[in-house]
Parts: sequence; C-alpha cells; structure tokens
Amino acid sequence: MSEQMTAQTQPPSAEELLRGAVKDPRELTRYLSYLKTLTEEGLNGSVLIAPLDAAINWSRANSIWPLSFGIACCAIEMMCAGASKFDLDRFGAGAFRPTPRQGDLMIVAGTVTHKMAPRLRRLWEQMPEPKFVMAMGACTIGGGPYCKYGYSVVKGLDKIVPVDIYVPGCPPRPEALIDAFLKLQARIRTDRPIEERIKGKEQGRGERA
Amino acid sequence: MTTEQIHELLAKRFGDAVLPYQAPAAGDPWIGLRPESLAEAALFLRDDKALAFDLLRIVTGVDWKDRISAVYHLYSTRHNHEVTIRVDLDRADPRVESVTPVWPAADWHEREAFDMIGIVFEGHPNMTRILMPDDWEGHPLRKDYVAPTEYHGISNVQ
Ligand code: SF4
Repeated sequence: MSEQMTAQTQPPSAEELLRGAVKDPRELTRYLSYLKTLTEEGLNGSVLIAPLDAAINWSRANSIWPLSFGIACCAIEMMCAGASKFDLDRFGAGAFRPTPRQGDLMIVAGTVTHKMAPRLRRLWEQMPEPKFVMAMGACTIGGGPYCKYGYSVVKGLDKIVPVDIYVPGCPPRPEALIDAFLKLQARIRTDRPIEERIKGKEQGRGERA
Repeated sequence: MTTEQIHELLAKRFGDAVLPYQAPAAGDPWIGLRPESLAEAALFLRDDKALAFDLLRIVTGVDWKDRISAVYHLYSTRHNHEVTIRVDLDRADPRVESVTPVWPAADWHEREAFDMIGIVFEGHPNMTRILMPDDWEGHPLRKDYVAPTEYHGISNVQ
C-alpha cells in the first residue's frame, strides 16, 4: 500500500514521459539530445517548458484586466472602447478593476499632474506581476497640449512608471486602443515566463523603472 | 436694478469707500470698493431689501502687474439682477476680508483665488491651497510666475 503511494506521488521523469509519448526512435533520440542540452543549461530537464510557456501566455494574453485609470478626456474614449459598440471584452480585457491588486494593465487615460504622480506610482507598485502599462493619448506620452505652459502636468508618463505601449492621439479613437491591445497581446505571446522564472529573471521586470 | 443704480445706493451708504462709477468701454460694468469696507458692504448687499444679493456666483482674482484685484460676481434670485464687485489690492501683499461668513459659497472660490493668484482672505476658516499640492511654491496664475523645473524628483521639462 505505502509502496504504491510512493510510486504514485513520484513524478515520472521527462525521459520516461518521452518514451511513452514518442514512438519513432529517431524522434526520441532527437528529443533526448534536446533534453540533454536543456539539462546542461541548468533547466533540470524541463522539456515541458515550451508548451507551458505557450499555455501561460495564452491565458495571460486573453485575460488582461485593466485597472480603471481614467483621469481626463481620454477616459471617455476608453469607456467607449469598453462599451457595447467596440466591446473590449472580445479580447478578454473588459473587466475594468477598481483595485490595483486585481489589475494586469494600467491604461493611463488622461493628463497626469504632479499632484497625481505619487498616487499613480503607488498604484502601479501595488499591481501584481506580470503588469503592463499603456500610455493613452498625447498627455501621457509627453504632456500633450500642456507640454509648454502646463506648470502642473508631468511631461511624459515614463518619467514615473515604465511604459509598455504608447497610443498616440488626442484622444486616440477606440480603434487605436484596440490596436494597442492586440499589439500588447502579441508581445505577451513572445514572453518566456517559465524560463524567466527558472533563470530567476521573472522579478526583473518590476525593477526596470 | 442696473449696476449704476446699485452704485448710487452703495455710494450713499458707504461714501468714499466706493470708487467713482466708470462705464466700461467694453464688457460688463463693475463697482470698485476699497478693501477695508468689503465685509460691511457684502452684508449690506446681501441683506438690503432692494438689493438682496443672495447668490455669490464666483470669486476670482486678476493680476494687473501693478496691483491685484479680487472680483465677486453676485446675483439676486429675488430681483433677478446681478452685479460685479471689484477690490484692488497691494500686489506685494494682497489681503482682504473673507466673505465666507456672508456667502458660504465663497469658501472654495477664495481658496482657489489664494492658490492661483495668492490673495489672502483674512478670517477664512481654512485658507489653504485647493488645486495645487500643499507644498507647491508660488501662485501659477501670477503674470511673473515661473514654473519649477522639477517637483519631488520628477522633471517638469519636456
Ligand atoms: S491627450 Fe487630449 S484627449 Fe487625451 S487627456 Fe490629453 S487633452 Fe485629453
């Protein structure tokens, strides 16, 4: 009885898995040599990481919950993008969260003032990894109409937090926002979350600022 | 009542404290008051039966470079007439009595005029900034205002 349990809880090694799954001996040799390379790279034989990466990326890219961050006129277009006509929910990004703890993406839609800057930075810090930031509109990109005489406006969101995607316009139309979403999704799909974790890099993104 | 008629009434009551009436070349007419008499005049404007200015629409400030004005726009819901009151203040130290006790609506307007132009409203219950951060330096709508190049470590230039 206890022997059986031990046998069940011991995970099969990658090699055993491959022997079961791959029938063609030539294929098997190829996989095994790949496995050996990975092991040598210190990945402990995690031959499953590529499909796992894909699965994680798929779930991340298709469920980006934005943190509600409408702070000026651009927010109107963002709301429009989220409403029935443009329906951001088609891309899994319709669940606007009122708390940073549940947000994946901060769409900064509007004019960031110096008074707002420390609050914005703190909210960004409170978001769990992986987190993304979208600078929506001319104001967040570089101060916009307030660039020259706007004494109270921060001239560029990237002076406060790292920005992943810039969406130009004053305001950008919902189509532009949707396009930015698609680009962000494409970017997320190129991520290697497991590999980064194994190499201890996963935490790196938060320290780019 | 027209501004001219209101001016006549005020002048009869407050004498020299009311500046001579000038019909403006363009724009709305206004009545100039000396700052010392503003509080008293405000009560009179509100409580006199013929005037009955029960609504303060807005308090603003103007920087004329050689002086600073506080401007009050009043309206009477009873008589459907309106008037603009202006007091000219010393630019180096603009101070005037608060009208918040007379019209509670003045509270936030006076704080904004303090924040943007730097007029100090004496007797105001909470004379602090309302728009800019509390530790901001200077009053942004003054004509000689220069914006800071940095605020709390964040650059303020492009
Ligand atoms: S970019 Fe234009 S539309 Fe967007 S917040 Fe700034 S001023 Fe408003």
